[in-house]
Amino acid sequence: MITMEPALLVLEDGTVVRGHAYGARGKTLGEIVFNTGMTGYQETLTDPSYRRQIVVMTAPHIGNTGVNDEDPESLKIWVAGWVVRDPARRVSSWRAKRSLDEELATQGVVGIADVDTRMLTRRLREAGVMRAGIFSGSELIDDAGRPRPEHEFVTEVKGSPLMAGANLVSEVTCAAAYTVEPSGAFEGKKPIATVVAVDLGLKDMTPERMSERGVRVVVVPAGSTFDDLVAALPDDGTPAGVFFSNGPGDPSAMDREVGVLREVLAAGIPFFGICFGHQLFGRALGFGTYKLRFGHRGVNQPVMDRTTGKVEVTAHNHGFAVDAPLDTVSTSPQGFGRVVVSHVGLNDDVVEGLTALDIPAFSVQYHPEAAAGPHDSTYLFDRFVEMMTRRTPVEVPEALTASSKNLPTPTSKEAN
Amino acid sequence: MPRRTDITSVMVIGSGPIVIGQACEFDYSGTQACRVLKEEGLRVVLVNSNPATIMTDPDFADATYVEPITPEVITSIIAKERPDALLATLGAQTALNAAIALDEAGVLAEYGVELIGADIPAIQRGEDRLAFRDVVDRCGGESARSHIVHTMDEALTAAKDLGYPLVVRPSFTMGGLGSGLAYDEADLRMIVGQGLHYSPTTEVLLEESILGWKEYELELMRDSLNNVVVVCPIENVDAVGVHTGDSITVAPALTLTDREYQKMRDIGIAIIREVGVAAGGCNVQFAIDPVTGRIIVIEMNPRVARSSALASKATGFPIAKIAAKLAIGYSLDEIPNDITRVTPACFEPSIDYVVTKVPRFAFEKFPAADDTLTTTMKSVGEAMALGRNFNESLGKCLRSIDKSGVQFHWEGEPWSEDQVAEKLVEMRRPYETRLVDIQQALRAGATVEQVHQATWIDPWFLEQIEYVNEVASALATAPTLSEDLLRLAKRNGISDRQIARLRHMGAAGEDSVREIRHALGIRPVFKTVDTCAAEFEASTPYHYSSYDTECEVAPRTKPAVIILGSGPNRIGQGIEFDYSCVHASLTLAGEYETVMVNCNPETVSTDYDTSDRLYFEPLTFEDVMEVYLTELSAGPVKGIIVQLGGQTPLSLARRLEEAGLPILGTSPAAIDAAEDRGVFGQVLQDANLPAPAFGTARTMAEADAIADRIGFPVLVRPSYVLGGRGMEIVYDHPQLTEYVERALAAQEESVATSGSAVLAAPLLIDRFLDNGIEIDVDALYDGEELFLGGVMEHIEAAGIHSGDSACVLPPVSLSDTEIARIGTSTEAIARGVGVRGLLNVQFALVGEVLYVIEANPRASRTVPFVSKATGVPLAKAAARVMVGSTIAELRAEGILPAEDATTRADNAPIAVKEAVLPFTRFRRRDGLAVDSLLGPEMRSTGEVMGFDVDFPHAFAKSQSAAYGGLPMSGTVFVSVADRHKRSIVFPLKRLVQLGFAVCATSGTAQVLRRNGIPCSVVRKFSSGRGPGGEPTVVDLINEGKIDMVVNTPSTQLSRTDGYEIRAATTAADKSIVTTTDHLGAAVQAIEAMREGPYTVASLQERVK
Repeated sequence: MITMEPALLVLEDGTVVRGHAYGARGKTLGEIVFNTGMTGYQETLTDPSYRRQIVVMTAPHIGNTGVNDEDPESLKIWVAGWVVRDPARRVSSWRAKRSLDEELATQGVVGIADVDTRMLTRRLREAGVMRAGIFSGSELIDDAGRPRPEHEFVTEVKGSPLMAGANLVSEVTCAAAYTVEPSGAFEGKKPIATVVAVDLGLKDMTPERMSERGVRVVVVPAGSTFDDLVAALPDDGTPAGVFFSNGPGDPSAMDREVGVLREVLAAGIPFFGICFGHQLFGRALGFGTYKLRFGHRGVNQPVMDRTTGKVEVTAHNHGFAVDAPLDTVSTSPQGFGRVVVSHVGLNDDVVEGLTALDIPAFSVQYHPEAAAGPHDSTYLFDRFVEMMTRRTPVEVPEALTASSKNLPTPTSKEAN
Repeated sequence: MPRRTDITSVMVIGSGPIVIGQACEFDYSGTQACRVLKEEGLRVVLVNSNPATIMTDPDFADATYVEPITPEVITSIIAKERPDALLATLGAQTALNAAIALDEAGVLAEYGVELIGADIPAIQRGEDRLAFRDVVDRCGGESARSHIVHTMDEALTAAKDLGYPLVVRPSFTMGGLGSGLAYDEADLRMIVGQGLHYSPTTEVLLEESILGWKEYELELMRDSLNNVVVVCPIENVDAVGVHTGDSITVAPALTLTDREYQKMRDIGIAIIREVGVAAGGCNVQFAIDPVTGRIIVIEMNPRVARSSALASKATGFPIAKIAAKLAIGYSLDEIPNDITRVTPACFEPSIDYVVTKVPRFAFEKFPAADDTLTTTMKSVGEAMALGRNFNESLGKCLRSIDKSGVQFHWEGEPWSEDQVAEKLVEMRRPYETRLVDIQQALRAGATVEQVHQATWIDPWFLEQIEYVNEVASALATAPTLSEDLLRLAKRNGISDRQIARLRHMGAAGEDSVREIRHALGIRPVFKTVDTCAAEFEASTPYHYSSYDTECEVAPRTKPAVIILGSGPNRIGQGIEFDYSCVHASLTLAGEYETVMVNCNPETVSTDYDTSDRLYFEPLTFEDVMEVYLTELSAGPVKGIIVQLGGQTPLSLARRLEEAGLPILGTSPAAIDAAEDRGVFGQVLQDANLPAPAFGTARTMAEADAIADRIGFPVLVRPSYVLGGRGMEIVYDHPQLTEYVERALAAQEESVATSGSAVLAAPLLIDRFLDNGIEIDVDALYDGEELFLGGVMEHIEAAGIHSGDSACVLPPVSLSDTEIARIGTSTEAIARGVGVRGLLNVQFALVGEVLYVIEANPRASRTVPFVSKATGVPLAKAAARVMVGSTIAELRAEGILPAEDATTRADNAPIAVKEAVLPFTRFRRRDGLAVDSLLGPEMRSTGEVMGFDVDFPHAFAKSQSAAYGGLPMSGTVFVSVADRHKRSIVFPLKRLVQLGFAVCATSGTAQVLRRNGIPCSVVRKFSSGRGPGGEPTVVDLINEGKIDMVVNTPSTQLSRTDGYEIRAATTAADKSIVTTTDHLGAAVQAIEAMREGPYTVASLQERVK
């Protein structure tokens, strides 16, 4: 017989959606966002950038391939809550070890199923992301065993912390430094470069993409000082650089990390940043960051690399973006020389990459490590290796350095 | 890069007649291409021999050549039109092969025509098996182990290395023609033999079997800047071994992790770049080992393919349209996404629903054919459905197929253990209704694992079906229909009718379920296909229903006209009806909001650009009602058009009207009047029109009595069918008895009322008119005035289904008096029946008597042919009449001309329609081709038009376009029935004069010799080879020594020698003539062909 336990999804704007309990029973609160990826739920769940976010998956069937031991991007599930339409009743994959339902329950992740995820997505698209909560099991009843009134849930959601201003990095970073040695064809060989990667919420695939290129990656916790980073760098003149990873929270709450980054840039150490690391790079250069209405979360976002004119299909997970001038070469207000927006999101003209012209440093807002997502952008790791080897700024074509409007620009659209 | 400025005119080649594997999806892609190129201000020169297409409407190109797609004809068109470029990637393999031939012949170079969208080396790399294997290697992919062979000996050696079973794939054929799976040497000899024949390069690939692996398909696009996007991953529910066209498929892929998907994507992208598809689309097929995850690349098509239409409809990403733009120079990032308008086409759609495609087969038309699904495509159409989960979309899709026996059911007792065991063995072989058997096996207790072992269908899909069974069982046993249960049922795709059956609610059960459902507020909402999973706002109302919470249908103020399409293509109901629906939509747009409802992904009608709103929904009463109610709450509804989509929407008319829907045009009562022999007989009697004697019978006794009264031969058929389903010419009582018994048995199967000797729908029994001239008429009636659209004279005598018979317009042998009589008779029928809109009437002229065979108050299959041949947009005019315009008004507006078909201009061009038959696709279990004999049951899949100044030339063109042409010289083999011997003398004499050698079986040879025709005698097949090894006629045909066969059957039952001859001819792909009328026409055409190359003219030139 078919039985299902009830669950409630409650939004800050008072919307209450009824569904069925999925994963752990109980209560969870967080910022509700949607992800449009049709594959890669396991990578999404374990991406530390989703810390304190309730994720709505727009793909209706979730869990079909179960959970395996190879695909997680970190040691645990980070999403605060999980909203799906049709959870799998059966797992089918030769790699699966257990079901997603079990995994969510084991890790205490509260989810809700059988809800109109498209309606939620449209709501979030129009109203912007907001706080939300999922309630199931004993959370639905009061001490006397009666169903709790809906307004109580709404009040509880409204009382939860906002994402803006949140510093969540300390909650997701590694406890101690560790090293990822060159792998694959480079296994056992002398590294071609050494990267000190600051873990702001690092995904496993990122050091892997570097190590498979012959790079030795020393991952250090957030909170490391400039001296800590320098100490981890080789002193024999071999190629080296610093990397800032993706991560959760508001980049404007990260003054300490931004300060460390400025010291790195001032020292002329080659730098590459991804996602949160890109936002911190933007702030280090002296640009602002702002919160997008509903963010970019998915694996189908077109981005143009203006240094080549090529369009790549990319994986995104960001709610904030850098506010830098799109169609001119600007000068870093912090004195790091000329900067160009080297990557642009074609859907909405959001800044998706910055390249410094006078110092060896660049960053992208999206995820070239692509887990989950298309592998179109892995060339950026090659670009980083080359930059470390030459210790010179990324070479960009004339057209980009001329401070005119002849940059390859998509037709202008209203940003979010 | 912006559009190229060095191109001002483009030639587009279409895909020709609808055949299996190459159907109206190429009309959709070609129509899109023509639209795009015209919008870009380019001069479009179109070549397509298929008059039923929308792309060949004179409005879609500047010069439309409805001419044979042969290198010679296209060369003439190029010489005349001098296009700058040739776009051949949107017209399937036909267009691509033509382009290769033109290139090889140096024609493109001579006239400076640039092939855009692909180049020849890219095509070679993509389609040449060996070259493609190298491509796959270089792209880091893996191919199945294989050997290329060019002879049978090579094949046998290769088989020793690879082991059985192994897959046979001929190079450069479309729709998997000639390919198959060989389990042993006998299979191998047969399949390779055919494959070597069908491959234009006499090349066949033998490959290790990957049977049972998971199968996927990626649709990719690449621009001239080397940007590549993957439009859609499609997963086949049926495992490797069933042609993708015959597989149930879903989008997106549902059983892959991101790692596997991205690996496949990487390989696909590397392949499109390595092959060098210049600017356009391609698809790549993959197999994945379900145990190890090993990925193998199966093949790629370096062009817009059959599945591109499906992917476009599934995602809202218009592949053909974008491909056309890429071909003229744009890059992907410069092309806006139609649906969001604010984002570019350079992205990969994300979809938040599940799309299911189910093929529709026509094995009932070919009872002798082996119905096993193989790597040769056999389906004739498909339906697609969208839902918010797999079960919802699957349930909708199965009911969209519109055929009994293909839906899940819970009738009767579940199978016994023995039955389950037996079925589990049977379902190792894929066949049309296997999915229903799977559902029944699971219902009877088979486990998902057992079914998976038998079918290799992924357990995830099987478990979903098991879930449907669970819900059904809850429905059957629940004390009342609770809101939760009913909602769960609807979310799992179970129809009101199925629920009613499960709960034994009786005849009106479906209505009761709907009432309960509505009372509980359980109604589907309509979601939008937006390419982006709601990330951006959609500005294109392309909707599908789902039992979810938020409805996205926008309110409107303009009154809506809802047009019901024709559903999946099938023999007898195909693209011609889509043509009429699209025309109605185009002409009513502006004054009304046009709302299209259809479930066929191959069509132009389901292009979101065609109508103001598109509902991709099954054409059942339940689904149409929900669309109507939703549109009614969005704004005023003027009415609903049911007469343009063929029998599928027509059969809903009565119930829709009873439910209060306003039916536009001819009323359901009038539709019934034309179908009801009693009422229609009265109409004819009142108008003093003769009809063949007839009767309707529900029992055996009634049938016998009628036959005795009217005399044999009789034509018997069930009422309410299209395409002559089940229609037979019956010559005596035993044959009649057998027919009625079969009808009763069929009824038992479909409605499960065993033992009844009374038919629910009566049989129609008509006196069969031998030797009559059949005439088809399409006309328009507004209640006051008749417009005679076209009069078509059939080339074959009565007895062959009009859809399979060649016909000529205007009629070449009818007198003005006869045509006038046809006009007045048609008008009398239109008035008597009460037609408002289109009317199709079939007459037979026997001597001086004009018999009325039947009348259909709806769009007919011939409407597009008539429109192309006369330049009159009949379907548009009909739609206007249905919303209240008069013929006089339409004349005043210039939509209809002053003169109709009762007047024939002396210099009017002659159009011949020829049917295209799918016999090469169907084999019997013994491997022989099925019989190609024509009869009253329609079996053609498509048609072509030959258009010229006189009948011989037009007929010759129709033969070139349909079958590759008649022979200009060579040997003719003749074997005809005694009654035909007299009438073949003159045509054969002429053939001998033209230099043909004639051979015949002894009886026919005697007659010919006595008439002074030199003729050699060959042995009958049944006599076997002679003592000295003298070959039989079948041997000669197999050896390619016969260029044309004239074989008429002695009776309808004679299938012995004649069958072997026809089957061999079909297999050898040579011309075959099975009627004497056809022979006369063929001889005239051969004479015309020998005068020199065809002259070509566009529709715009021919029909002013």
